[in-house]
Amino acid sequence: MQMSHERLKKAYRDMVTIRLFEERVQVEFTKGAIPGFVHLYAGQEASAVGVCLDLRPEDNIASTHRGHGHCIAKGCDINGMMAELFGRSTGLCGGKGGSMHIADMNVGMLGANGIVGGGPPLVVGAALTAKTLGTDNVAVCFTGDGGSNQGTTFEAMNMAVVLKVPAIFIFENNGYGEATGHSYAAGNTDIAGRAGGFGLPAVTVDGDNFFAVHAAASEAIARARAGGGPSVIEVSTVRFFGHHSGDAQLYRGKDEVARLREERDCLKVFRKSVTEAALLSADELNAIDAEVAQAVEDAVEAARAAPLPVAGDLLTDVYGTY
Amino acid sequence: MALKTTRQAINEALAMEMRRDKRVVVIGEDVSGGAGTDGSRDAYGGVLGVTRGLLGEFGDSRVIDTPITESAIMGAAAGAAATGLRPVAELMFCDFLGVCFDQLLNQAAKFRYMFGGKVKTPLVVRTMIGAGRGAAAQHSQSLYQMFTAVPGLKVVVPSNAYDAKGLLIEAIRDDDPVIFCEHKLVYDLKSEVPDEAYRIPFGEANIVRDGEDVTIVALSRMVHFSAEAADVLAKEGIDCEIIDPRTTSPLDADTIAESVERTGRLVIVDESTPRCGVAGDIAAIIGERCFRDLKAPIRRVTAPHTPVPFSPVLEKLYIPDALRIAEAVRQTVAYAR
Repeated sequence: MQMSHERLKKAYRDMVTIRLFEERVQVEFTKGAIPGFVHLYAGQEASAVGVCLDLRPEDNIASTHRGHGHCIAKGCDINGMMAELFGRSTGLCGGKGGSMHIADMNVGMLGANGIVGGGPPLVVGAALTAKTLGTDNVAVCFTGDGGSNQGTTFEAMNMAVVLKVPAIFIFENNGYGEATGHSYAAGNTDIAGRAGGFGLPAVTVDGDNFFAVHAAASEAIARARAGGGPSVIEVSTVRFFGHHSGDAQLYRGKDEVARLREERDCLKVFRKSVTEAALLSADELNAIDAEVAQAVEDAVEAARAAPLPVAGDLLTDVYGTY
Repeated sequence: MALKTTRQAINEALAMEMRRDKRVVVIGEDVSGGAGTDGSRDAYGGVLGVTRGLLGEFGDSRVIDTPITESAIMGAAAGAAATGLRPVAELMFCDFLGVCFDQLLNQAAKFRYMFGGKVKTPLVVRTMIGAGRGAAAQHSQSLYQMFTAVPGLKVVVPSNAYDAKGLLIEAIRDDDPVIFCEHKLVYDLKSEVPDEAYRIPFGEANIVRDGEDVTIVALSRMVHFSAEAADVLAKEGIDCEIIDPRTTSPLDADTIAESVERTGRLVIVDESTPRCGVAGDIAAIIGERCFRDLKAPIRRVTAPHTPVPFSPVLEKLYIPDALRIAEAVRQTVAYAR
């Protein structure tokens, strides 16, 4: 837990931002203010923030359909994100991407991704760029227990090992691929164990514990920067909402979510550990909570007031030249 | 100017662009060959030898042999393109699209639009097309129509060495994903190719032959068969204009339409299958634009709606040839309302 005061506060602020952002998105979606589909990240905050804390803007990440948390942890502006969810022209993608396609290359966010298993090959490419151009940047792919069964993921891990590129594969195992349990979907439920068979270091960490995630990520990032090649981290985590917003979750156990919110809330775990160790005070944490709540409120207000795309936007940005 | 094969022209374009820009890398299965073996590196240079010799000059950090893993190759190339390289990835046979289409269809092609115009993906995918080598159903298709249908991709279908070099250099310098379709039986065809670098813009058709009676639009290897047919037809007094679009996306519909406005007749020759193909697409565009100019129905000469057969007897029947093209032109010219 050797982390500066400022970094601890940043970690907490990012996690709370994700939580409050997602809870507010749920409200706005239910009201009908957000079109389409949203897949909420609440419950998994320690994974995104623990992994991204040591990353630099030049390091790239690829994400999933459940990508808001990764975007926030990597530094995407929540005003631009919220406007994107609202389909506004001020959104990070001008309203053309939506929840599943938020990207911002200025902060190394190579895109949420609507295709499960879409990201891993892309990250091998981002890592190949770093290796070929001789930078010490790394590339991180977030995927889930669902993505762990996709062939693209296997191909990407193998090629990352073969080409010895600085890629890190994070498997956020929240126990569900959509509405199907991981225990049904995987012949071998040990994702890290199976990944290790590709010939790269693979560990499993407790995703309720920010510090455990951060320690594993730090080690993998340092190894990749030093030319030591790819790694895998399986993060054991939980999903507080359904597959998508509006999912009645009848496939989940009775009271399961309430129990998880009580027993496996990574924010509560973080607060408890930092206050008990006297690293951050309850006042400091509460102040961050209030500050973030206001920022999320402001983002929603700004998104509501923002202009919609105009008809001409339909045909632009398909090609650079055509 | 020296006579060069299309194979040499492509190799030369790759080498020149790699010398010019260190961000250009070649990546794919056996682009050099020999990795992890006791034999020599770079003796293979691709299944038909197109990339031979690049490893020696540029080394294995820029001539990157991969496992047989098409999704990872296409995806890595797309990810590398979005983050600062200009990869030329090889999809050995276009038929292998079947195991990696997501990375082109949903990733590379979509980045710019779905990310609001903020991401460039300067990716080139070189891939082999075409029947005629007895390679049967999974190594002989001409699937450019599938790429052409995808907004965000550009599609190049060169018919000769000169065009191949200029179009490949253009493709590598282009900031969008480009699918570069090389016909196996065009590799050995020679034409005059300048030693220096030059660019051929996309969306500019080549008028291969001027004529007044009928317009023939032909793609890739079919340009040569159309020229054979035109020679025969000239002796019969039928004067054919032949247009090679060179790129199917963007498509130079203007040049085709201007020609049809003069000739009033259009025959389209496409080695691909007939349904939802490039020939049908061009027919629809010209039907809409030139209805009043047409003196006869637009005819398509294509492969049948079947997989590519193996037996050379059947394969010969599958591929459009000069006889079929000539017959289609005669019928078009003879058509009376």
